[in-house]
Amino acid sequence: MHPWRQSGFWLSFLLVFLGGLIVLVAGQDTLREQAFTVLMFIGLASSLNILMGYTGYVNFGHIVFFGLGGYFGFFLISEMGWPLYLAALGGGVLSAVIALIIGAAVLRLRGAYFALATIGVNEAARAFVSNFGPFGGPTGLYVNFSAYDRYGGAGEALWITFILLWIITLAVVAVSFLVKHSRFGLGLSAIREDEDTAMVMGVKAPQDKTKAFLLSAFFPGLIGTLYFFKNGNVEPDDAFRFQMSLEILVMVMLGGRGTLLGPVLGAFAYERLRGFLLTTPVLKDLHLALSGLILLLIVLFVPGGGVGWLQERLPRFRRWLE
Amino acid sequence: MILQVQEVSKRFGGLQALTNVSFEMPEGQIMGLIGPNGAGKTTLFNVINGVYPPEQGQVIFRGEKITGLPSYEVARRGLARAHQVVRPLNDLTVRENVMVGACFGRERHSRASAASLADQALAQVGLADRAGQFAVSLNVAQKKRLELARALAARPYLLLLDEVLAGLNPSEIAGMMETIRQIRDQGFTILMIEHVMQAVMSISDQIIVLDYGQLIAAGSPPEVAGNPQVIEAYLGDPDMTARLLAE
Repeated sequence: MHPWRQSGFWLSFLLVFLGGLIVLVAGQDTLREQAFTVLMFIGLASSLNILMGYTGYVNFGHIVFFGLGGYFGFFLISEMGWPLYLAALGGGVLSAVIALIIGAAVLRLRGAYFALATIGVNEAARAFVSNFGPFGGPTGLYVNFSAYDRYGGAGEALWITFILLWIITLAVVAVSFLVKHSRFGLGLSAIREDEDTAMVMGVKAPQDKTKAFLLSAFFPGLIGTLYFFKNGNVEPDDAFRFQMSLEILVMVMLGGRGTLLGPVLGAFAYERLRGFLLTTPVLKDLHLALSGLILLLIVLFVPGGGVGWLQERLPRFRRWLE
Repeated sequence: MILQVQEVSKRFGGLQALTNVSFEMPEGQIMGLIGPNGAGKTTLFNVINGVYPPEQGQVIFRGEKITGLPSYEVARRGLARAHQVVRPLNDLTVRENVMVGACFGRERHSRASAASLADQALAQVGLADRAGQFAVSLNVAQKKRLELARALAARPYLLLLDEVLAGLNPSEIAGMMETIRQIRDQGFTILMIEHVMQAVMSISDQIIVLDYGQLIAAGSPPEVAGNPQVIEAYLGDPDMTARLLAE
């Protein structure tokens, strides 16, 4: 069967597509801001899923690529005067290059040791950027308001940023799907299940893991640039929030790791839940505790996440639940 | 010669697992590799297919030195392996498991052609009706067959079988032996480790014997069975054995 004819792909793709379209048609700023956050998390969760879900390498430092790529993209805009879309691409490429360098060191590790190393990477990146002069050190960078003029003013610029994010998120979903159904993706699944056996069967595990890591890191760099451009500034504490790495991980687990639809649903559900918790006075300080609790419950009782649970209950709809 | 192993030695810390092991394998045969527990049989497989590099010696496969190559490079040159401890990729279906062999083995098939090759291999080992199940749901005998199908789908020149009969009941053993014969008749060369002595004696063209990491005998099955050193390795003192048998 041709991959583009698979209903599982179209379900995920159309959910994101229609979500974005509704926001564009409605044209409200508040709705756009909410949707921006949801799309951002779908993109981040789906890209993490390529490494964590498909390849089985749990990365606690996914946000590093968002932070470093975003910093670099922002630097290209504010200091070098690059247009947004080129700068975002620059951010993505830098993230992929960083992944290549980090990967050479940490992808030798497996299981819990890999996960621990990625926590270290997060802190190292924050410390580095806080002391890196060209990126403004601890105070970060600001964009001159006139930078928005080339997009027809700040209001227009925010809409353009949203549309770019929408397209990137659709691209992440499409790339995730293509990877999953490729020979490369089959090799990644084999690595996830048993890396030594995969190698005995001819899977070039060191190279394939590195490719998965690069791909997983590229998209957060793009998304980071858009996010910081929208905010108008970037600073270390905002770019390397370890808790965000954890939250993305919870989204992937909540939706169902290794599935296409899982990160999309997981990011949406978690983001709505988080919004509710943060705006409810009694619960607002507890939202991280609750996300920890959710993670615990999923790992214990529903290791397949939402989509995995549905796949078991509704085998007839399996082809929709990719 | 499809495989030449020349003076291979392998040590794990203080344990000399293999000492100067040399043998050659002609194409189209089944060669049995036997020896008591801990003799180094699986280690020899691991050295041949690149899981560990040997400290000394060479492995030459189809005229090319493959000593020290990573296992995936060895697999791509046409050497496939079924493991003693079955290692199915649990979260993949049976068909997908076998497709990994076809996609990344010698012929490096695309996913589509790998799927049809996988179905052929599954039919050959008698697992066709399980293709859509998850590998984790198979029983031990079926997992052994899955290991075999995965190795076959790689279309290897040489197949390493590590105790594919262990843990099977007599009727399953008979079925598996028949499958292995059929595979040989299709032109695959097979090197197999086996403990089920009756089976390995009847199916092998040649047998080599390892004891404490050294090759102590090589020859046809009757020659090896009558070799006093082999009897000693398995049963202890040959004179004592002869006396016991005489009694």
